[in-house]
Amino acid sequence: MNWTSLDQFLHMGGYGLYVWGSYGAALAVMLTEAALVRRRLHAARAALGDVLGDREASR
Amino acid sequence: MTLRFNTFAAPSRFYALAGALVPWFWGAALLFGVAGLYVGFAIAPTDFQQGDAYRIIFIHVPAAWMSMLIYLVLAFWAAWGWMLNARMASMYARALAPTGALFTFIALWTGALWGKPTWGTWWVWDARLTSEFILLLMYLGYIALTEAIDDPRRAANAGALLALVGAVNVPIIYFSVRWWNTLHQGSSISMSTAPKMVSTMLTAMLLMTFCFWAYSLAVVFTRARAIVLEQESDTEWVRALAR
Repeated sequence: MNWTSLDQFLHMGGYGLYVWGSYGAALAVMLTEAALVRRRLHAARAALGDVLGDREASR
Repeated sequence: MTLRFNTFAAPSRFYALAGALVPWFWGAALLFGVAGLYVGFAIAPTDFQQGDAYRIIFIHVPAAWMSMLIYLVLAFWAAWGWMLNARMASMYARALAPTGALFTFIALWTGALWGKPTWGTWWVWDARLTSEFILLLMYLGYIALTEAIDDPRRAANAGALLALVGAVNVPIIYFSVRWWNTLHQGSSISMSTAPKMVSTMLTAMLLMTFCFWAYSLAVVFTRARAIVLEQESDTEWVRALAR
């Protein structure tokens, strides 16, 4: 184990801002993409229901 | 069902297969990510020259590798879809683009945060950084172009041309550190010689690469499924799904 305390781990030898700024941004962007993609799939499924509803109504 | 080479070229079959595989990709991404970060932070030693700043490598390099790989895969499927009029291939190319752009951004961002403490600068217009930035512009251009054209087939074909033209940039990124005098260091890993890198650092980097690869597959397959539903809404199998 490289670190003896959480403080030491977060400090990252003085480079904490750069290391956590990197990991934080990467995680934020990836979680956002995953959420947006899930939303897109759900919206696509919901839109199918609408289209089907319109078609049935116009028969 | 007999499996043939083009079995999953059918959007309906791709939709079903992708739906079954996505949870496994998420699981793999999580496992590889936890393993990679554990090796990278708890086991890999501090660097003699860069201290702990070097640990950015565990996302910077995998993200850069994914940014290049995804572009080549995108160009391949876009070309395939264009030449063979294969709808699923074109849809898959469009599904890849946002994820590729995301990894390009991560590579550039983490590179800047790594460069500031080690090189003394956030950015420099050297060959590798510039060509990676151009890659981001290519991704954004592809997305903008394909989104701007309403007809899916014309959008896909126009995008394919753009993707193919931009593909020349990827070997430029890769060989830039060999062809030009660049601030960005040369490769530490090669196919022909031993890695110039401590094995625990290399292990962590490879684990994170697999993590990003599994993540990409999970996200791209999900997006491709959404695109299939959007573009194939007129078909019988999609209408059957909605009922």
